[in-house]
Amino acid sequence: MHGLVNRAIQCFLRDTYGDAVWQTVAAAADAPREGFEAMLRYPPATTEALLDAAAAALDRSRDSILEDLGTYLVSHPNNAALRRLLRFGGVSFADFLHSLEDLPGRARLAVPDLNVPVFELEDRGDTLHLTCRGGSPGAGLVLLGLLRALADDYGALALIDHAGDDEGGDIITIRLLDQSHGEARRFALAPTA
Amino acid sequence: MDGPGDVFPLLIGQSALDRLMPMHVRLAPNGVIAAAGPTVRKVAGPIVGRPFFEVFQIRRPAGIGDMRALCATSGERIRLALAAPPCTALRGFAVPVGADGGAIVKLSFGIGLADAVRDHGLTDSDFAPTDLAVEMLYLIEAKGLVADELTRLTERLQGARDAAERQAMTDTLTGLFNRRALEASLDRLIAARRPFALMHIDLDRFKEVNDTLGHAAGDHVLTEAARIMLAGTRGGDTVARIGGDEFVILLPGLTDAGAVERIAERIIARLELPITFGEHTCRISASAGIVMSTAYADPEADRLLSDADRALYASKHGGRGRATLG
Repeated sequence: MHGLVNRAIQCFLRDTYGDAVWQTVAAAADAPREGFEAMLRYPPATTEALLDAAAAALDRSRDSILEDLGTYLVSHPNNAALRRLLRFGGVSFADFLHSLEDLPGRARLAVPDLNVPVFELEDRGDTLHLTCRGGSPGAGLVLLGLLRALADDYGALALIDHAGDDEGGDIITIRLLDQSHGEARRFALAPTA
Repeated sequence: MDGPGDVFPLLIGQSALDRLMPMHVRLAPNGVIAAAGPTVRKVAGPIVGRPFFEVFQIRRPAGIGDMRALCATSGERIRLALAAPPCTALRGFAVPVGADGGAIVKLSFGIGLADAVRDHGLTDSDFAPTDLAVEMLYLIEAKGLVADELTRLTERLQGARDAAERQAMTDTLTGLFNRRALEASLDRLIAARRPFALMHIDLDRFKEVNDTLGHAAGDHVLTEAARIMLAGTRGGDTVARIGGDEFVILLPGLTDAGAVERIAERIIARLELPITFGEHTCRISASAGIVMSTAYADPEADRLLSDADRALYASKHGGRGRATLG
């Protein structure tokens, strides 16, 4: 498993629930004492153990933790850099959604060996059906949280739901109700120094 | 001109041209800018009506200063820059248009894209939808983040390696170097052909301290002995504990055996002073064997160490508490 994934889980737990919770989870999952390195590889079992330990420590389902992880990746100030990279995907939320099929390619441009799911986007009138295949287990739930947070970021009002699994792929439905419902968070092509 | 475009002549309005090529300038036959795409206007200001060769400086190819020379480049890449600050670098190519000597110059930012976007506050809508500019900005930013992360990882690994190396070279009880570090220093001195002195010191009556007062007292005495040896030598000397109560000191640059003997005697005298451990007083002494690298035509580490060892035993047999030159 790519260290970025484990590192994301580590930062999510620490930033959201505090260092004590992270230390408990790390000890239960037998994680490296000094934490995960984003640019190293770890066995897939480590990520599984991490998620199980987090679910036990927080007394929450793994699914809800994964979804919150997705939200955290976009909305927490510590992840401003990742949010910026995502916002390069489109000028509006609708534009972003239509560029979702490019997302794996974009991710690989940055980190060539990251295991990113394959996305298929199907326009069904007022609803977009996003099928998410491959990638790490639970990737669809992370995507769910990430899309909800991004809709906020763009100032769009959208109903985004996990509509279940289809032949091993997660299906996410998106109904875009209002493109400019709230104020979008600022994004400029040039990073602010 | 030939080509399919001329088989079906096309009349295209300026607004369509602006959308197709937000970064173009149309030049009249006299070199005056007749029109400019919206992104060029955003970057260069109100330039319509001004001479092209005043607004832009052509840097390569050299010697292009009029319309005839520009049209003769016939689609070759030209490198140019805004004449006014921030002198944004551009690349482009010119295509002659019409029969009367006008031209269209298509421009792009090339590798300076990120600076231009920052300097001119450009947004997604300043680029044609087919332009890969935004992808390039994304890539610059993403690769920058990954490179930063890798740099930090390398620094952490380097720090960990340094710490591990230090640990592998250190005697944990006294903080002195260990045998491995001594051998490395000795090899370095020999390889560099630097003269040095080697002093082998063995504590006397240390075993009695251990046997009567216990290991804690023994450890305390060893730590004190290490401190005395460090205090009695220079910063660049190597003081190593190579066994229970055995020490080796390397003194680079010393060629005067008499001076080295005096150093040894001073250390031994200090070691003979009483060492307090709780309510007990420990008394030890030390014997030393000294060899000078300059006494050897071709100094070898093993030979120096065994000769110093032999000199040390001469000190022991001679009544302890003394130094012998090997």
